[in-house]
Amino acid sequence: MTANGNFPKKESGSRVTRRSFLSQIGAAGMVATAAPLIVRAEPAAAPPPVTFPATTEPIENAMSVTLVVNGKSSKVSIDPRTTLLDALRESIGLTGTKKGCDHGQCGACTVHVNGQRINSCLTLAIMHEGDEITTIEGLGDAANLHPMQAAFLEHDGYQCGYCTSGQIMSAVALLKEPCGPGDGDVKELMSGNICRCGAYPNIVAAIQQVRHRA
Amino acid sequence: MEPFSYIRATAASQATQAAMDHDVRLIAGGTTLLDLMKLDVERPGTLVDINRIGLDGIEKMPNGTLRIGALVRNSALAHHPVVQSDYSVLSQALLAGASAQLRNMATTGGNLLQRTRCMYFRNTAMACNKRAPGSGCSAIEGDNRSLAILGTSKDCIATNPSDMNVALTALEAVITVEGSKGKRDISIADFYLLPGNTPHIETVLARGDLITYVTLPPPRPKAQHVYLKLRDRASYEFALSSAAIVAEVLDGKFSFIRVALGGVGTRPWRSHEAESALLHRSAEPESFRRASVDALREARPQSENAFKIELTKRCIAHALTLATRNA
Repeated sequence: MTANGNFPKKESGSRVTRRSFLSQIGAAGMVATAAPLIVRAEPAAAPPPVTFPATTEPIENAMSVTLVVNGKSSKVSIDPRTTLLDALRESIGLTGTKKGCDHGQCGACTVHVNGQRINSCLTLAIMHEGDEITTIEGLGDAANLHPMQAAFLEHDGYQCGYCTSGQIMSAVALLKEPCGPGDGDVKELMSGNICRCGAYPNIVAAIQQVRHRA
Repeated sequence: MEPFSYIRATAASQATQAAMDHDVRLIAGGTTLLDLMKLDVERPGTLVDINRIGLDGIEKMPNGTLRIGALVRNSALAHHPVVQSDYSVLSQALLAGASAQLRNMATTGGNLLQRTRCMYFRNTAMACNKRAPGSGCSAIEGDNRSLAILGTSKDCIATNPSDMNVALTALEAVITVEGSKGKRDISIADFYLLPGNTPHIETVLARGDLITYVTLPPPRPKAQHVYLKLRDRASYEFALSSAAIVAEVLDGKFSFIRVALGGVGTRPWRSHEAESALLHRSAEPESFRRASVDALREARPQSENAFKIELTKRCIAHALTLATRNA
């Protein structure tokens, strides 16, 4: 931070992002192989999909289920105990949906099922054969943000960011639900999403902006 | 969570047959059951998924009643135009409960069977007669601030946590059940059991029973509906005390009155005492005060929840004030 309290203006083309910095560290670790350092050009490309090594041991009592997530069908083999949240994160590799309390109390795991927001930690993946599931990854991408994602950016609707995907999924669902015009109405319908950093005023401002522009 | 086998039912009959096994639990919204399974409070050997057996409609019947399918979600029920216009106390109660996400999941039948939030019931390390019959009640000597003051016993003081059930009690709903004894209708007044010395038996449901419908009596066009919920937070919190009121006032006097309480009873609490104190009496503060006193006459507070007596009196009086402000 500079003396006048402002962050330095970013210079396009030369900005070192956290991601590119980390990728340099990673590459530097292999410098003995004389691999060239790769500095990503801006804007940063979307992160590569997270992949997990194939399970080596078979899952006991595994069941097969086809989950339609963000318009894409995935057939996964899971223990029946697997929650929808765990299937999204661990089986399909979509880690944008977060696990907070794992008991339906915090809202970090909010996704849409057939257009309605739910807590993905309190439902079993096996119960959702054929349902249309939307996660934060299905809303938009870095180059083409959903208006709610853009509004959260504009209004600084987060601090640590852990609750943010759940907040945004709830906020997008709210747009189609009966909701009065006031900030109090928005707060009431967002009460299932807890933000430990306390970004609530900015979250409400972001949602109200999207509602007013709709 | 303990391992279980999973079966997806496609018809009600399939569910009722499977549920004859003592080790089976039916799962609909799952918001109570999976929560308790993660805590090892519930450990079913088999889960039968009833989400694809239908029973998800709301229908106005020829005799004027409203028949609600057991799998209608709480949000769909709360926002249904007939429920909003004719049974507003139910809509208000549903929207005062849980969060928008949970209301999209929780079902009408599931909410009827919602389990207590008593922290000792939810913790397998603690004694609890409801979870482990005969083990004792940790709550009576423990942290009982949120627990019941009406309908308690020396073995259990757990509160029924539902808002919906309080409104359904004031509306005198009828619960239709299918099972080994065939199809039968049970008045909500007869559905829940007091804990007594068998707090693990919470309803009159028998093994293999499936709730199929909840039916509301024909609407009362002149009735005022109020659900007032008092709690530690403004939203997303269980009731410390709540009151559901359905009231008709004619010439300044109550010509019809139903009062049910939440957050204070071991079951959704119909207050016949409050109703008797109000019927044919003037709709004014002195009547409300007398009704509140009568409603709490049998209250038995524990070490930390005596405040609920005064809170509930004020809850009833204020709910009656709201229900009669245009009378």
